[in-house]
Amino acid sequence: MANLKSVQEGIVNSQIWKSVFRVGIPNTNRKRVLAVLGSLILHLHPVKVRRSGVRMSYTWCMGGTSFFLFLVETVTGLLLMFYYRPTIEYAFTDILDLREQAPFGIMREMHRWGAHAMVIAVWLHMFRVFMTGSYKPPREFNWNIGVILLVLTLLLSFTGYLLPWDQLAIWAITVGSNMARATPGAGNEGPMSGLIKLGDIRLIHAGDDARFALIGGRSIGPSTLLRFYVLHCMVIPLAAGFLMAIHFWRVRKDGGISGPL
Amino acid sequence: MTFLKDFINTLSAASTSFLLLTSVFAFVVFFNLLEGKIRSKVGAIFIAFGTLFVVVGFAVRPLLYLGIAYFVILFMLSNLGGRLWDKRVGLRLLIGALAAFGLSMLDPNFFLIAAKPDNVPIGAMIFLLGIFTWIALRKAYLNDRQLAAGGIPWEKTESDEKLFTWPDLVYTEMLCMILLTIVMIVWSIALRAPLEEAANPTSSPNPAKAPWYFLGLQEMLVYFDPWLAGVVLPTLIIVGLMAIPYIDTNPKGNGYYSFRERKWEIGVFLYGFLVLWSFLIITGTFLRGPNWNFFGPFEYWDPNKLVPLVNVDLSEIIWVKLLGMPLPKLWILRESFGILLVLAYLSLPPLLAAKPFRRFYLKMGGPRYYVGSFLFLFMMALPIKMVLRWLFNLKYIVHIQEIFFNI
Ligand code: HEM
Repeated sequence: MANLKSVQEGIVNSQIWKSVFRVGIPNTNRKRVLAVLGSLILHLHPVKVRRSGVRMSYTWCMGGTSFFLFLVETVTGLLLMFYYRPTIEYAFTDILDLREQAPFGIMREMHRWGAHAMVIAVWLHMFRVFMTGSYKPPREFNWNIGVILLVLTLLLSFTGYLLPWDQLAIWAITVGSNMARATPGAGNEGPMSGLIKLGDIRLIHAGDDARFALIGGRSIGPSTLLRFYVLHCMVIPLAAGFLMAIHFWRVRKDGGISGPL
Repeated sequence: MTFLKDFINTLSAASTSFLLLTSVFAFVVFFNLLEGKIRSKVGAIFIAFGTLFVVVGFAVRPLLYLGIAYFVILFMLSNLGGRLWDKRVGLRLLIGALAAFGLSMLDPNFFLIAAKPDNVPIGAMIFLLGIFTWIALRKAYLNDRQLAAGGIPWEKTESDEKLFTWPDLVYTEMLCMILLTIVMIVWSIALRAPLEEAANPTSSPNPAKAPWYFLGLQEMLVYFDPWLAGVVLPTLIIVGLMAIPYIDTNPKGNGYYSFRERKWEIGVFLYGFLVLWSFLIITGTFLRGPNWNFFGPFEYWDPNKLVPLVNVDLSEIIWVKLLGMPLPKLWILRESFGILLVLAYLSLPPLLAAKPFRRFYLKMGGPRYYVGSFLFLFMMALPIKMVLRWLFNLKYIVHIQEIFFNI
């Protein structure tokens, strides 16, 4: 034991360790404060938190779980991007290759199950926030950021669903995007769309309606794949990441995790 | 015998099981969370409802079966009265549910659907929803008792005490991360991600299903046209969620679990989240087979199952069946009853604001009252349409094919 202790001290007192973790082992209150303040990642937290807010039985840790799963998706997603080309020639075979060739290949599994888990975690997080009444003042705005995050989470999942380019993928997206056809006033088959005319010519048709804008064509095809790929890997994750930063910032600015007044 | 067969058939129809679930859900929540006089009142209301089902059931047969099942379940659950939130009772319920699930897995038809890789997380979600609903309501119940006895909610005993983020919060987070990492790795090794044949735009699978989290919306397509089910209602769900903090001005129940202080908010939210959203997803995942036909959990998904299309429009019921006249040519005349009905439905809020709901109107103020009640009406449109479909085979209330406007 004494040996172990001296090894530990040796490491903690080495120049390398000290250059990374400025404060050393946070064993005094002063060092505990500095440990949180001095780290970019930890300083997302306040220095001190309500005891009731730290309880797992209060938050269910679901917000944290959603965020952690988002990180899991980011890392596994990046790895998948090394193998995947978003064109109809390659998309399916790349996934097939990944499954047959990549050693210890569970990245695709982790990415897919992580996505499912994230959707469920976000729902449970919203459920918890509702049940503790944490959307009430002063947290109304953060609830709204949360609702947008929920929508983005679903859209992330939805755009990702197409990428394997198998039967499951294109038909699920077909069913999902068919709804856009019925957008009132903006979809080819939506109510009122037929009334938008220039003389005798219908302005809203299958070649320019809401569905066309969503999938980049009259049916699911190469441009849909590219469109969803860009949305899935760039646009939505960046937007979600940005909103998460605001979300966490606001949790702190609204007085930390909620508790009875 | 025929009675028994009828009974089972009726109860396994999509909308009946939905109706049953709805009322049982309301019963469990309200009866078990409340105490004293209010509890007996709620009990009386539910008995009145059941009686109504049975009495009307002699004319509209399916309601009779529903009424009977309803009373059986009421009887079984009322016995719990408050004990539902006991840890041991909760554990027993969980074990019972897990055992029922495990036994069901022995059935080949059930196994085929429940063990599909993409369906596994949804199966897990059912249990998670159950467990977390129970936890939240249990905590609410315990806090309610404290408050009723003049005490403070449990959270209050700890909320003034501050802990250092390091180590308390950081360690909890790390524990969660390690646990989750293990779960994700085990899950990923145990269950392969599905990959079907390469995409083929010319051969559509049957059933063609949207991604699982949108199956509630796809299920709504049974009752509403795409412009409502796929565009307007989803938009209103998002708008409605965002509006919650601005409509609900009740200052109580902020930062702790409670039920009695916010019965209506929690009742409506749970109804929307659990019954309308989650249950419809579960139906869409596990109980909708080829041609989007309804299949019981142990039924074989027969692609040739024939379901007679007997749905009729309100205009036909009224003009042809009741008045014995041919349908008028002019749509505004043909659909006049339906349009009036929809308008009447939408004018409920102003009418109710005058007298019975005056209290709410004054407390919330005009804008909050109207936004809130219209959102509520749109939400309730779904179960109402489900019930009408089930009882009267009603297809459309308003059917104006001329401009694709059907409700
Ligand atoms: C990607 C999705 C989301 C992530 C990563 C996320 C993350 C978090 C985290 C880490 C917290 C700290 C407390 C906790 O863990 O419970 C939090 C709090 C909060 N979240 Fe989220 N959240 C997400 C979505 C949502 C949604 C969908 C809503 C509501 C509709 C929401 C509303 C809130 C509110 C109001 C708080 C403050 C709660 C309190 O102070 O008790 N969030 N969120």
